[in-house]
Amino acid sequence: MITPDATISSVRVVLPFHLKNLAKTNSSEVTVEVVGCVTSGSILDALEARYPVLSGTIRDHVTHKRRPLLRFFTCEQDFSHEPPDTLLPPAVASGVEPFLIVGAVAGG
Amino acid sequence: MSQVRVLVGTKKGAFILTSDGARKDWQIDGPYFGGLEIFHMKASPVNANRIYASQCSDWFGQVIQRSNDGGQTWDAVSNKFLYDGETGTHLWYDGTPHPWAFKRIWHLEPSLTCADTVYAGAEDAALFKTTDGGQTWNELKGLRRHPSSTQWNPGAGGMGVHTILLDPSNPLRIYIAISAAGAFRTEDGGETWTPINKGLQSKYMPDPNTEVGFCVHNLAMHPSRPDVLFMQLHWNVMRTDNGGDLWTNVSGNLPTDFGFPIEVHAHEPNTVYVVPIKSDSEHYVHEGKLRVFRSRTGGTDWEPLTDGLPQRDCYVNVLRDAMSVDTLDGCGVYFGTTGGQVYASADGGDSWNTIVQNLPAVLSIEVQTLP
Repeated sequence: MITPDATISSVRVVLPFHLKNLAKTNSSEVTVEVVGCVTSGSILDALEARYPVLSGTIRDHVTHKRRPLLRFFTCEQDFSHEPPDTLLPPAVASGVEPFLIVGAVAGG
Repeated sequence: MSQVRVLVGTKKGAFILTSDGARKDWQIDGPYFGGLEIFHMKASPVNANRIYASQCSDWFGQVIQRSNDGGQTWDAVSNKFLYDGETGTHLWYDGTPHPWAFKRIWHLEPSLTCADTVYAGAEDAALFKTTDGGQTWNELKGLRRHPSSTQWNPGAGGMGVHTILLDPSNPLRIYIAISAAGAFRTEDGGETWTPINKGLQSKYMPDPNTEVGFCVHNLAMHPSRPDVLFMQLHWNVMRTDNGGDLWTNVSGNLPTDFGFPIEVHAHEPNTVYVVPIKSDSEHYVHEGKLRVFRSRTGGTDWEPLTDGLPQRDCYVNVLRDAMSVDTLDGCGVYFGTTGGQVYASADGGDSWNTIVQNLPAVLSIEVQTLP
């Protein structure tokens, strides 16, 4: 439930190629409304709420553990290994900087 | 005039090949889901335009795609495959207990009677079922909870349910196979399961009479004889005439009896096809020759089928789900290779044509015969 005084942030999220296709968006960058603190967890909650087909493709359905070959970047920092409730820089909440979901350079 | 639609899953996307009943000129559509592994695609027998596809990625995990228009457009349905209850452990490669963990769907088997009902074979080994067209999946947990499951172990490619055969004469009877646990049968729609591996023999088995632990590669059945099954075991081609209660070796005069796919002719229940490869250490065809072997006697006596297939310098493999047949009068036989070729025969294997070459490695082939 959203409390009347909850902060709502419009967060820019950049999806990798295959997730853009799966979500059937025109652009790799989408905007989601994040309620409350802006963290990787709350961004993914909002992203999966808007695009249910992305559930399970970025993090585990149940444990919410990040899939091993995906990384989270923003403001030129790697937040992949930070707890999902770690506050992200204010520039993400203000929409100045996007939150990047990046497929790790792996495989062949 | 009849049409044929060939559904091709590859390492880097899906392709749909269509032709008329002559099966000479082909239209190639795709790639769909380019860059992603399509482990398997299969259409509903009761709604030819309803196709399900298993899309896998090391990066993004499992996605199930569904088409309602014969593959022209697709929508993702649920990818939520959750084991029901405590997961427990199976054996790992080093013989230690290892927790069950979902990795991918190897095989999708749509119901014979309902387009919204599909069975899905998973790695780590489990059988899931949807009755709402893929919107929700539920595990038929009796298989994974079989008392022998703590002793199941993965094959080199993982521990997946890769074969699902539905008995057209008995909706409660299903056969499945797991690498490297073996074959199983249910008589109650998936509640309880019986290992059906008696008569199988594999080298280096500590207990030759073990109930499970066999690397079954594929099973095949003719719909008119659901008690008769053919099996490509790791080594050995096997046959049962009693629903798996006892298997006998029908490798006969095959030059090597290691291989992956096995199929039955659409109109001749005793005509069987295999594609032997050199060995478990050399996963390519024997002597550099791509040969399908056909038995018209239900095994034991095999003849090589070579007309139109490369007979020198060929070193491809044909994976377990990469061969299928159509139901036209001159039964069409189709297979795809790890080299990206798809071959078709419109005369039961007597001669072959290349439908397409230079696709990504082919993981699966399914064929639809359309009115």
